[in-house]
Amino acid sequence: MIWVDTIVQGILLGGLYALFAAGLSLVFGIMRLVNLAHGDLIVLAAYLLLVIVSMLGLNPFVAALVAMPVMFAIGYGLQRFVLNRVLGADILPPLLVTFGLSVVIQNVLQEGFSADSRRIPAGTLETASLPIGPVTVGLMPLLTLLSAIGVILALQWLFYRTSLGRAFRATSDDPVTAGLMGIKPQRVFAQATGIAMVVVTIAALYLGTRSNFDPTIGPARLIYAFEAVIIGGLGSLWGTLAGGIIIGVAQTLGAAINPEWQILAGHLAFLLVLLVRPRGLFPRAND
Amino acid sequence: MRTPPYLVSTRTRTSTFGAIAAACLVVVAIVLPAFAGRGLIQDLFFIFTMLVLAQFWNLLAGYGGLVSVGQQAFVGFGAYMLFGSVILWGLNPIAALLLSGVGALLLAIPTAFFAFRLQGAYFAIGTWVVAEVARLVVAQWRSVGGGTGTSMPREAREVMWGVTWIQSVFDVRDSAARDILAYWLALALLVATIGGIYWLLRTKRGLALAAVRDNMEAAKSVGVDAARMKWMVFLIAAFGTGLAGGLIFLQNGRISPDSAFSVIDWTAFVIFIVVIGGIGTIEGPIIGVLVFFALQTLFADYGSWYLIALGGIGIVIMLFAPRGLWGLISDKSGIQLFPIRRRLSGGKLADRSKPSREE
Repeated sequence: MIWVDTIVQGILLGGLYALFAAGLSLVFGIMRLVNLAHGDLIVLAAYLLLVIVSMLGLNPFVAALVAMPVMFAIGYGLQRFVLNRVLGADILPPLLVTFGLSVVIQNVLQEGFSADSRRIPAGTLETASLPIGPVTVGLMPLLTLLSAIGVILALQWLFYRTSLGRAFRATSDDPVTAGLMGIKPQRVFAQATGIAMVVVTIAALYLGTRSNFDPTIGPARLIYAFEAVIIGGLGSLWGTLAGGIIIGVAQTLGAAINPEWQILAGHLAFLLVLLVRPRGLFPRAND
Repeated sequence: MRTPPYLVSTRTRTSTFGAIAAACLVVVAIVLPAFAGRGLIQDLFFIFTMLVLAQFWNLLAGYGGLVSVGQQAFVGFGAYMLFGSVILWGLNPIAALLLSGVGALLLAIPTAFFAFRLQGAYFAIGTWVVAEVARLVVAQWRSVGGGTGTSMPREAREVMWGVTWIQSVFDVRDSAARDILAYWLALALLVATIGGIYWLLRTKRGLALAAVRDNMEAAKSVGVDAARMKWMVFLIAAFGTGLAGGLIFLQNGRISPDSAFSVIDWTAFVIFIVVIGGIGTIEGPIIGVLVFFALQTLFADYGSWYLIALGGIGIVIMLFAPRGLWGLISDKSGIQLFPIRRRLSGGKLADRSKPSREE
């Protein structure tokens, strides 16, 4: 029975990793950009939520609604004024710029909020749980997984049912031709990064309420997100969810055997998938 | 005697001049411990080892097109090979340095096997994952201190080759003598690194490497084995990075998984050095490491502001001067100290202009 419990907890944890990964997957899918500062942007959003919650005394979920437009603007501006300049055939400039950004964000947060670990207070929700069949699950972890599914459904709808989504897909396929049809790729990219930052805000909400965070934890979140994307297969959002769940289950199983093996088990699961299915479990994109 | 119809050369007048200046600098550096204080020797040790790391990262990213964010795997693993073989097998630390390089080389084989399955930017994070795995596994290794780390045993420090000789020649204490020894080793490693990379880039393989970087498909079409070039560069860089890692922690005397596998110290700083100085040139990292050291000396007391500034400078350079400081200097003046561009002289060209001196 303990194993069933461990696996259920792992699946729920996977929801959090899928949320980390969804923004990364979205941006990569549209502009082939890998943002090395993605994890640090999640942490930045978590601090933004912390400030809103503690200054305005809002519920974290309401605070997330306030933070979303702010993060959208940050993402839009970042893409418009910085990242658009370095997009191109050469992968080096975007990698190095986002790597520099990662270091800058970490240290700005360190300067502003000190290295102490913090947590967003969520009141009684933090400890609430409900029994499902033989296992008891925490309400927050359950909400995380449901939010991850909700985010993926919303992104799918956005991609395949709206004109903005059509512009995303067109620009992803061929920016030059899309430009001839009156789409401005630069603006489309900025909107995509803005939306990715809205997803990042949702990820930050659960990161910050479920566990402690400090300015240095961003890179590790980036790595989990990246592993989820690769395991799922590039370009597949449902694959990303599956990838997140695989990492989550591997981590909780590893931790059940030896607490020191939690993170290592997640990485090993990733390497194993890379070994047997180099293009991921559900590959869609051709690049 | 007929001159050959064509002559391909890379040397320029400034590069000849530069080579003589470099040789003089090396001679000065060798005899420096006789005059310099211990602080300067330690600073130069830091500069030399960071420059070695930067040259190898530059070889990977600037010439091989392999942007790795996981070079700390080889620094850390090399350093742990040194401590492990000294503590467990009682090897002389100087001899164990070689194992640092070999160990990193062995780690590079599975790393490349996994990471080469990932393209472009994903390769970068893939190497980072391997570095994390290496850090977490080493942290489980109890006999070298597990997660908290360990120190170099006193007996091992005392038997290091050459220390007593340095003590008697320079009339210094044993700790200062060990610094001088580490400094000389770093100098030797640096000269071998720059010399070796320069030699490699001027050979046929170096030409193939540049071709792969500039256009992989075109390079393949003229018979370059792109995959093999990438393997070669990755393994060479791992070996050199491992040696540097072993040397850094030999001089440090203390090791822990977090310091040995630090992504900030061994990859972020190195990337900034290369980017600020100028990626894809041998001169760039040299300029970069001097700028880096100057910034660190001036601003290290400001803690995170220093890192914010470093990251900010890196971003600005990448946006507005992607070829770095050396790119700016070289564009303005046309100077190349380590030229690798092949220039054609002789043949029909010679009929139109005066024959060049190389003939």
